[in-house]
Amino acid sequence: MNESDAPITSSPAVTVNGLVKRYDEVEAVRGIDFEVAGGEIFGFLGPNGAGKSTTINMLCTLVRPSGGSATVAGHDVVGERDEVRRNIGLVFQDTTLDGYLSAEQNLRLHAELYGVPRELVRERMRQVMEMVGLWERRGTLVNTFSGGMKRRLEIARGLLHSPRVLFLDEPTVGLDPQTRSSIWRYIRELKAREDITIFLTTHYMDEAEYCDRIAIMDQGRIIVLDTPEALKAKVGKDRVQIETDDDQVAIAALRERFGIEATVAEGAVTFGVPEGEQFVPRLFDEWDPAHPPIRSVSVARPSLDDVFMSYTGTTIRDAESTSTDRMRNVARMMSR
Amino acid sequence: MASETTAPLASLPATGSPTSGSHEIAGVRVPTRSAGSELRAIKVVWKRELIRFSRDRLRILTSLMQPFLFLFVLGTGLSRLASAGTHGVNLRTFVYPGVLCMAVMFTAMFSAASLVWDREFGFLREMMVAPVRRSSLVLGKCFGGATVAGFQGVIVLCLAGLVGVPYDAGLIAEIFALQLLLAFAITAFGVMVAARITQMQSFMALMQMAIMPMYFLSGALFPVSGLPRWLEILNRLDPLTYAVDPMRRAVFAHLHISAAARHALDPGVTWWSWHVSGLVEAAVVSLLGLLMLTIAIVEFGRAE
Repeated sequence: MNESDAPITSSPAVTVNGLVKRYDEVEAVRGIDFEVAGGEIFGFLGPNGAGKSTTINMLCTLVRPSGGSATVAGHDVVGERDEVRRNIGLVFQDTTLDGYLSAEQNLRLHAELYGVPRELVRERMRQVMEMVGLWERRGTLVNTFSGGMKRRLEIARGLLHSPRVLFLDEPTVGLDPQTRSSIWRYIRELKAREDITIFLTTHYMDEAEYCDRIAIMDQGRIIVLDTPEALKAKVGKDRVQIETDDDQVAIAALRERFGIEATVAEGAVTFGVPEGEQFVPRLFDEWDPAHPPIRSVSVARPSLDDVFMSYTGTTIRDAESTSTDRMRNVARMMSR
Repeated sequence: MASETTAPLASLPATGSPTSGSHEIAGVRVPTRSAGSELRAIKVVWKRELIRFSRDRLRILTSLMQPFLFLFVLGTGLSRLASAGTHGVNLRTFVYPGVLCMAVMFTAMFSAASLVWDREFGFLREMMVAPVRRSSLVLGKCFGGATVAGFQGVIVLCLAGLVGVPYDAGLIAEIFALQLLLAFAITAFGVMVAARITQMQSFMALMQMAIMPMYFLSGALFPVSGLPRWLEILNRLDPLTYAVDPMRRAVFAHLHISAAARHALDPGVTWWSWHVSGLVEAAVVSLLGLLMLTIAIVEFGRAE
């Protein structure tokens, strides 16, 4: 799946040292360090509210860090803002296109804002629009585009000025699965074709696997950073989920009988064991008939979900709902 | 998965391995910032304003209709009441400068309001992250708004003959310059407000709250002498007074009317008893415009 055969060029595309962002009382980013090599697809993975977007905004010079330092394409994000801006392309979570202009007008406007030499504009525009399959639709008003087309156009626009680093903040959020996979196809083609580093955030576990390296972020900190394979290997356990009528009794039984610590995740008793398939027969053999019967069992190879779970103790979906609750509480407090 | 990826790229010269052939794509080097790139940024923002205005047929239509309503419906209707006090001057001629100012003001205000939309629909962000100064963006926006509002003013200028204002080259040029100045100042005011106000409803409410009193106090619809003390003070404090008055003076300078009529309808603004000249009035509008522009630039520069 992971075609990381493109060479990783020498100088780092992004370096981050002790980066902090504080909003009044809240520390959104609590001191993170990492480096992204040139030519890499680097993914930031974590639930909503983990600090991914804040970090990306700091790297894009949109938000001033409260502490620490960072460079993008060799330029300091605070001291050399314009240099950074010239060398990055941005695709935000929400669309930033002008719906009242045509696709081509949007791109032309961007080209002029970034000072793309006039004689190159048309050729370059054709290249990026063909890449995302929108060249034929260039005269159409953006307002009439679907969500997926808008996102593709934004990616094309982000590439128009040949940035060295392309930032994609949740590039596939809110899109249907088919469009998501086509967006990923463009991203991976892009890496093969252009000398570019791609920095993206996502909270989809399956998408994180397309990255060369992943940093898992939770509550403003980077919990772990490695290749998807290495992260999964570290987990080393298969994930088993069982459904019973009484989860608490089942958890206690697992602890006594098998010495396994299980938790309830996504509505089922969840635990990790090496060699999950071999464990299932044993589980049934030794399950005390006095316990509530097991209604279903599922065994899964370690996924990034499990990686997330093994480092944070919760699945990304559960982390998400608690952080949404937290936000809801804040909203409630503010509206009072 | 890889096999299906080639289709959309068929028209690209896809030769060589991805590693060595990656430079087939026209590499673009974004030049470093210069005065030229700032000018270009101003132009881009300005041009976008014009494109958007030209696309918005409804807005053009409304902007055409409003002056007609004021000049011909309200002006004609009221002139039957007011004929005694106008010394034979057509009321429509009298309110003409005021109607022109109103048309310009509303258009300029709507231009500034689009900044609030831009923020809401995200496009503002695309501009804010570009490697150009925020001041260039603000300037482009103000020029754009002024141009669109100026266009509106030109439409009203075309109507001049219908309400008894002569088509005199000097007069047209003077009014044109004055209305452009007003358009710029009002856009700057709107942009300044838009730097702080992020919601359309609040912005519109606030603009209404500022524009309507400004308009009614300005003397656009009445002569500025012989007013009750409180109204006179408010009138002299109203910036719009200094845009309407020189326009009216310009119009009246080209009318053949009695001295009494001139005295009653075009008394000119006075500060205490000093007669404020048209140039000073234009300077007041320009200075206020520049002040608001500066504030707008500072505010947008600060925004993250």
